[in-house]
Amino acid sequence: MTDTYLDMVNSGLGKQLASKLGLPRPVALRRYRSGRDFPEGAVLVLGRGRAADAAASAMLGWDLDVRRHASDVDRVGAVLIDYTEAQGPADLGGPALELSSALRKLRAGGRVITLSRPAPGIGTGAASGTLPGAEQLAPAQAAARQGVVGLLRSVAQEMRGGVTANGVLVADGVAADAPSVIGAVRFFLSGRSAYVDGQFLTVGDDRGDAGVDWEHPVAGKVAVVTGAARGIGEQVTRTLAASGATVIPVDVPAAGDALSKLANELRVPALQLDVTDPQAGQKILDLVAGRYGRLDLVVHNAGITRDKMLANMDEAKWNSVIAVNIESQLRITETLLSSDKLGPAPRIVCLASTSGVAGNRGQTNYAASKAGVIGAVAATAPLIAAKGGTINAVAPGFIESEMTAKIPAARRQISRRLNSLQQGGTPVDVAQAITFLLSDAAGGVNGQTLRVCGQSMVGA
Amino acid sequence: MSENTQRNAPKTTEKTTDTRGTGSKPAPVMAATGKHASTPAGTRAVVVAGNRIPFSRAGGPYANASNQDMLTAAIDGLVARTGIAGERLGAVAAGAVIKHSRDFNLTRESVLGSALDHATPAYDVQMACATGMETVSSISNKIRLGQIEAGIAGGVDSSSDAPIAVSEGLRRALLKLQRAKTTMQKIQAFKDIRPADLTPAVPSSGEPRTGLSMGEHQALTTQHWGITREAQDELAAASHQHLAAAYERGFFDDLVTPFKGLTKDNNMRPDSTVEKLGNLNPVFGKKLSGEATMTAGNSTPLTDGASAVLITTDEWASQRGLTPLAEVVDTESAAVDFVTGKEGLLMAPAYAVPRLLARHGLTLQDLDLVEIHEAFASTVLAIMKAWESPEFCKDRLGLDAPLGSIDRSKLNVNGSSLATGHPFAATGGRIVASTAKELAARAKAEGRPQTALISVCAAGGQGVAMLLRSA
Repeated sequence: MTDTYLDMVNSGLGKQLASKLGLPRPVALRRYRSGRDFPEGAVLVLGRGRAADAAASAMLGWDLDVRRHASDVDRVGAVLIDYTEAQGPADLGGPALELSSALRKLRAGGRVITLSRPAPGIGTGAASGTLPGAEQLAPAQAAARQGVVGLLRSVAQEMRGGVTANGVLVADGVAADAPSVIGAVRFFLSGRSAYVDGQFLTVGDDRGDAGVDWEHPVAGKVAVVTGAARGIGEQVTRTLAASGATVIPVDVPAAGDALSKLANELRVPALQLDVTDPQAGQKILDLVAGRYGRLDLVVHNAGITRDKMLANMDEAKWNSVIAVNIESQLRITETLLSSDKLGPAPRIVCLASTSGVAGNRGQTNYAASKAGVIGAVAATAPLIAAKGGTINAVAPGFIESEMTAKIPAARRQISRRLNSLQQGGTPVDVAQAITFLLSDAAGGVNGQTLRVCGQSMVGA
Repeated sequence: MSENTQRNAPKTTEKTTDTRGTGSKPAPVMAATGKHASTPAGTRAVVVAGNRIPFSRAGGPYANASNQDMLTAAIDGLVARTGIAGERLGAVAAGAVIKHSRDFNLTRESVLGSALDHATPAYDVQMACATGMETVSSISNKIRLGQIEAGIAGGVDSSSDAPIAVSEGLRRALLKLQRAKTTMQKIQAFKDIRPADLTPAVPSSGEPRTGLSMGEHQALTTQHWGITREAQDELAAASHQHLAAAYERGFFDDLVTPFKGLTKDNNMRPDSTVEKLGNLNPVFGKKLSGEATMTAGNSTPLTDGASAVLITTDEWASQRGLTPLAEVVDTESAAVDFVTGKEGLLMAPAYAVPRLLARHGLTLQDLDLVEIHEAFASTVLAIMKAWESPEFCKDRLGLDAPLGSIDRSKLNVNGSSLATGHPFAATGGRIVASTAKELAARAKAEGRPQTALISVCAAGGQGVAMLLRSA
């Protein structure tokens, strides 16, 4: 699971060689460590909207060195551009060119973040198509808004040194200083978003709490993670626990060995349960509510692959993937939503996949199930909002895990380079994105699918 | 033992019945007064959860696992299931029948390797195949007496990792060598060793006093009671089918934790039928005059495995959001004189059960579930036949009428040792945990309390019977 190429091009001769030959030069990403959440250097805030002012004020509160002019600073850690008030394509150039002048000062592990408003057209996760309730936009305004998408995604591709570029889309009618706008900015600045690149997160309403304990964003919450015995699920469990939650790991009885070790380490009960059990939702509620009185957070992580070209697909392979990856999520979520055991702000995160976004050769069943997750999440959003909660999905790209370790070596090397960060992500990267979406800081983000893929070329 | 005691016997029994009667049905009074916890005498011992590793035929995936490895895994799985990692329990009692001498503190060492607070005391128990039952009894009694609030009872056995001892001659020579001071004495010690002494001593299931293996003993009982081959094979097939059905419906999802890649008991043959079992050759009783009927299919194989059961007070459970499954009501042990041939080696439960039932004013037919450990299919059948026999019940048990028969639909409903295998000391914990869960489920479904009887026979002519009631 170690990326030997990444190690090689970051040391001595390998570094020189890669540079001379023009080979990809991925760097170790700036990941979250307690007490070191922000990029090194000043934060440059460009643009003059209310969103810029709100973000700048929040960042001052986080003790960041906030500047409003590129010429003011030598070392830039992050650049934040407010396009929320852009009226036409002409409004894009000024801040873009100012960003240009700041790029050479941008340090490794830095951030570019845009704040803008959504428009129908290019899909950005689940925010594609016409937003319900959105006012009719003037064509020039829509052009400016979608222009930001093209600009940001290109910037992300041009960055090196582990710098990422992501955008916050503030829905019309949502205040520029809504809690989740601040929350999303904080997430994109943080090492928690290290492998999120070229993505947009839509803030759809004013809910949420920007005053969470950022070191422990899910403190005091009671959470359940399915498929928790190994891989991404295990990491999600550990990260949520480290972020303050009480996490009950769930996995199939056959994985009970690893599951019980994890549970004992975290001093929580383990639940051996097949998520396709029709009673799965009730069994989860019985244990968790019986033990802790309520259930706040759920991560639908359990998933399987049964890859075959469609020409060779059989019923068992198709059905089992659909049953585990999407039908179980639908059934459990339905049970949870009709229960009176949920906490006051229930949050669900579902595991989708970039295969669900872009499709993948040999994965018709898997891609169908994962695209299904994205659709189900968007449709469940209003249902859970009625209960004060949120549901979102995370779509991992190439993640270094037991699953991807099985890919033949040459294909694996190519797969992990096919993104702007030129490397695979880690289970921690996925876990951090999930943790953010489960925190009250993301209370205004609902029905979205966030890709954790290093801006994979696939399905962009 | 005197006339005196005998004369007083009825009175004593009556008195005992009285006290037990109050002790066993305290719930309404206690619940009403709310003095449950503060009155140790009325404290119930309840089974909260159980766990075992899948049982494996000897020489299988656990071939290199020690008793300590397996017992630790069983305890850790139980700790995880109940979310009590880091907690200090009042006691952990467990044991193994086949044990290395270095494992003198097997249970304590397992606790030290587990996720429990290391300040949890532990002790070993050894009562042959009834070891697990005796640990449940012991822990429950401590709870009822108010000595502890929560404990784990369990057991483990490995037939794969069995201790192999040196021969008696070699052992004496080696001890002499250890005491030798001069070179001459050392040489002298070596000189005593004979070539035959180099053969190691492997443990066997033979009875020390008769030299007969357990199977040969049971063959005598089988013949005595006229248990047919077909009846034995039917029981064996039912055991496999019931176990497979229980796995199929997820019954073991919260009773078993995988170990060393094994996720289900590997002795289980879901497609087992009377016809298939009928093709096996007899292995025991071949030297007896009648037909030999005991085969590898209707006898338990040598097995590796471990089990653990969490037993607590109601209060301890409720403080942790745990739901009691069943109350451990009472236990009765019995032993028989098999050495003279007066009674069969594994017939002691036939004596323990009626005494236990009488103490609680119950009949066999009052029971909702009956678990009779399947050491051999014929053990179960012989015991049940004895209870149906007016002669046995009169002559041996001193009863006016036979105990009667057991509805077979209540017997070993989720399979028993013929299918799961029988890692001696682990069997009691397996049965208690599964039965407690089944009782709780049935009580919920039927809306009335359910009672179960468990009976386990053991080497040395012993047996333990236990009553569980849905909590």
